[in-house]
Amino acid sequence: MTTQRQQVLVLYLRNSALDSAVVAWAVYDGTGRERHMSGDADEPPYETGLGALQDGWRLIQASPLLDHGVGEEFRTGYLKYEFFFEKLVCDAQTGEATGGRDPRG
Amino acid sequence: MIERLNSRQMASFAARGFLRFDGRVPDPVNAQFMDEAGGPGPADYRGLMANSRIPEVPAGTPMMDAYAGDTALGRLVRLPWVRGAVESLVGHGSLVDHHFLHVLWPSGEDGKTQHTHQDSTIDPRLTFDIQLMYFPHEVTPDMGGTRYVPGTHLRVVSEAAIARYQNIVGQEHVVCPAGTLIFAHHGLWHGGGRNRSEVVRFMFKLRLNPTVRQQRLWDTSDLTDADLAQRPIFHVKRGRDPDHIHSILTRGEPWFENDTGRIEYINRIRFWRFLLGDDSFDADYWVTRVENEPQSVPEI
Repeated sequence: MTTQRQQVLVLYLRNSALDSAVVAWAVYDGTGRERHMSGDADEPPYETGLGALQDGWRLIQASPLLDHGVGEEFRTGYLKYEFFFEKLVCDAQTGEATGGRDPRG
Repeated sequence: MIERLNSRQMASFAARGFLRFDGRVPDPVNAQFMDEAGGPGPADYRGLMANSRIPEVPAGTPMMDAYAGDTALGRLVRLPWVRGAVESLVGHGSLVDHHFLHVLWPSGEDGKTQHTHQDSTIDPRLTFDIQLMYFPHEVTPDMGGTRYVPGTHLRVVSEAAIARYQNIVGQEHVVCPAGTLIFAHHGLWHGGGRNRSEVVRFMFKLRLNPTVRQQRLWDTSDLTDADLAQRPIFHVKRGRDPDHIHSILTRGEPWFENDTGRIEYINRIRFWRFLLGDDSFDADYWVTRVENEPQSVPEI
C-alpha cells in the first residue's frame, strides 16, 4: 500500500496571467524530504507560473479578480495574484513519484 | 548641534521605508552596549534579562529621559546624526513605545527563521512610528541578520497574516559591520533569520512615537522649485536624474505587481504630501491625473 504526500508550491505573480513573473513564493513539502522556511532563498524556483506548469506542477487554486471597494481603490495590502500548485508524491518506500522534478529544481 | 536628514534621504525613507547607516556607531559605544547587554553568556532570555543592565522603560517615556547619558543607549541616542535622524522622522520629544533586545542563539541547521511580518497590529495611519534596529557587532551572512523587504511599509496588512510569503523578490538580509543602525518605518515587512554560526547575534530594537505633526522636520534647505514642478513623462529623450525627488518616489521595487506598483507610487506621493504639508505636490503626474475633476461648465 502506498500513501500519497502533497507538495505545495505557492507563487505570487506580477499580474493575473500565469505567464507573468514570480514576485514571491513559498514551498511546503509534505514528504518531509525538504524543509523550507522564510528567507531561505532569494531566487524564485520558476521565472513564471507557466514555468511551474511545464515542470509538472498542477494548478489547484488561483486568486479571483475582485472589484475595488468604493473608497478603497488605492489601498494596498496583500499580494494579489496568488496561485497554488501541487504535486502528489508516493510514499518514499515505493520510490515512485507522480510529479516532476524537485520543487527547487 | 544635531545633523538632520536631507530631502533626498527623507524621500528615500518615504519610498522604501527605511534608512540604513552601516558602521556609523562608534566602537566604544558598541563595546559598552555589549557589556551592558550582559554579553553572550546565558543561553536563554530569562538569564540574559537577569544579567542585562538595559533598563526597563515604561511605555510613553520621552526618549531623552529613558536612557541616562553615560549608558551605551544614552550615548547612542545623543549622537548628533542619530538624534538628527530621529528628530527628522518623528520630531523633538518622541516617546519610547518599547524596546527589546533580540537575541539569536546558534541553532545549527535545526533552527527555523521567523515568519515575515509587520510589527504591532494593523495600522492605517499616515502618521508613523520609527523602529531603530541597532546591530552592535558585526553580522556575517551565517548569523541570520534581520530580513526586510524594501518598499512594503505602506501596505496595510495585519501582522503575521503575510507569513505565507516565504520569500519575496528583492528581500534583503542584514549583513553589516558593527555599529550599524537602521531607521525603519513601523510598517516595513521583516523577520529574523536563523543563526548557523557559532556566535550569539544581538539586535536591539527601539520603537519611537512622534508627539508632533510630522511635517518638514528634516533639513529642507535642499528642496528647490525643480522638486515641485512637473517634468516630462513617458516620452522622455534624456536620462532622468536619479536623485530628483520624483525619481526617488517613483522607483519601483523588484516585487512590485504591475498594477499595484503604480498604486504604491500614488501612496508614496500622498505620504510625501503629508510630510511636506503640501496637498498640491505630485510626482510625475500620478495623483494629478486621478484627482482631475473639472467643475467649470463652458458657456455655449
